[in-house]
Amino acid sequence: MRPLELRDVVFTYADSPKPALDGVSLDVEKGEFVTLLGENGSGKSTVCLLANGLIPHALKGSLGGSVKIFGFEVSRHSVAEFATRVGIVFQEPESQLFCMSVEEEVSFGPENLAVPREEIRDRVEWALGLVGMKGYNDRSPFSLSGGEKQRVAIAAALSMHPDMIVLDEPAYALDPVGRKELYRVLKELKDKQGMTVLLAERDAEEASEFSDRVVLLKAGKVVGSGKPREMLKDPDRLRSLGILPPQLSEVSTLLNRRLGRSDLEFSDVPGSVRAITRLLSARDGGKA
Amino acid sequence: MIPRPSGKIDQDFFVVARDIKYTYEGGIEALKGINLRIKKGEFIAIVGGNGSGKTTLAKSLNGLLRPTAGSVDVAGRPAATMTVAELARFVGYAFQNPDHQLFSGTVEEEVRFGPKNLGMPDGEVKKQVEHAIVLMGLDGCRSSQPLSLTLGLRRKVSIASVIAMDPQVILLDEPTTGLDGREMSDLMSCVRALNEEGHTIILITHDMRLVAQHAKRVLVMAGGRVVLDSDPAGVFSDLEILQSSKLEPPPVTVLAHRLAEFGIPLDIATPEQLVEQVMALLGGKR
Repeated sequence: MRPLELRDVVFTYADSPKPALDGVSLDVEKGEFVTLLGENGSGKSTVCLLANGLIPHALKGSLGGSVKIFGFEVSRHSVAEFATRVGIVFQEPESQLFCMSVEEEVSFGPENLAVPREEIRDRVEWALGLVGMKGYNDRSPFSLSGGEKQRVAIAAALSMHPDMIVLDEPAYALDPVGRKELYRVLKELKDKQGMTVLLAERDAEEASEFSDRVVLLKAGKVVGSGKPREMLKDPDRLRSLGILPPQLSEVSTLLNRRLGRSDLEFSDVPGSVRAITRLLSARDGGKA
Repeated sequence: MIPRPSGKIDQDFFVVARDIKYTYEGGIEALKGINLRIKKGEFIAIVGGNGSGKTTLAKSLNGLLRPTAGSVDVAGRPAATMTVAELARFVGYAFQNPDHQLFSGTVEEEVRFGPKNLGMPDGEVKKQVEHAIVLMGLDGCRSSQPLSLTLGLRRKVSIASVIAMDPQVILLDEPTTGLDGREMSDLMSCVRALNEEGHTIILITHDMRLVAQHAKRVLVMAGGRVVLDSDPAGVFSDLEILQSSKLEPPPVTVLAHRLAEFGIPLDIATPEQLVEQVMALLGGKR
């Protein structure tokens, strides 16, 4: 069963005059790493909240169209039922940490599912190891830095052994190295555990490197969906969607413009090095 | 009489920190001896990983924290002898999370609170509030409730309420966190305008792209110390110091370093700079 299937979804928050999602159709396949990109207010967070049933169960509004999570119609099942399949991590880790120790925090979910004590212990160690927080078991979550808190929140989601993890701008408070590490952890979860990853981001820089597919959102509508390379190659379009374009695609677009060509398309450093080396060597070759 | 060069030199600087240290309750030493001299009109970025001491340093410069050792002078006076309210007229601080700062019913009231509270005359308050609102582009929402606005606008309100007190130095603590591309460039053009008016800007950030675009001087912090104080070129040409300070160099900087054999400089930090260099190399041989 598909982790997430949205069909013509229209959702309007109870206190808002206009829809947050305005006719969104979107499939997330098993084992896929999908990045939702869009400016603030484009509907990214709303998709995340639908993906584990917090909409419509906890956040009220009017929901039209069909939302299926692992084949189950969202409005017919409770958030608790989805909680064993879908883990969610919010932008502000403070909003989801509440226990006295990191260990309690990470074991809270499986304890509620009455997982045997031994297995809980294993899951806690596994999850803390994955996010690079081994040995922090007895620390108070509130004594940690912003980046460390975010990792604990992710470990807490992982200890439920979800099939899909949904993250709403999880790198918000992280320094650049912390960001990269987080993305690597997510990619590893996908590659090694076959986990489905659905991520909302505002910054296109990492999306190209780590995701299988990029979905572009604007004012509650999907305005593009495809391979990161394809979706991120036009910096001007991204800027018009309020998204910061990746630097390397800016480089190739500028070079194309200056050289009167259209074939350069940079998406990673090694590829860009090769292409520019070819350009500069051709110059030397032409002279000889 | 032999002149006293150190005193003379320090007079040229608006903010002077001498070997300041700060230890939080519980013994965590966040600043381990910082020396810093800042002139009027500078545009400085303070960069460093989570927990490197950036925010502690910023708060130590405007009295929100009092250094546990060392001293800070502001406008030629020891900061230790000034109250937080007095310091606020010289060094303003906009919090990372604007909601820690917003509490009024309307944007205009919010912006008015600071200067009024400092006891500025009514005419002056009015002038400062207008200036701050217009400069931050908040004219259209002056009667909105601050907390009902988008994050981008809430940030602007919190900065406007700081600049309405007309401080010479404006400290901005990660002002672009949570903003999208459009909001970010909009906010930064307001910050540039403040700098052009003569305000000293101290921008705390993780975002090396912002540093490349705006800063004239960069302080790299790691482990409670300033490990590099240089112009942006010096920072971007030193990949090692960036990485050891938990800062990822921008992809174009990495690319430039990999193309160094062609004579591309190491301090490239924006796509435009790199393209200029490549074009110059191509054009030069044609």
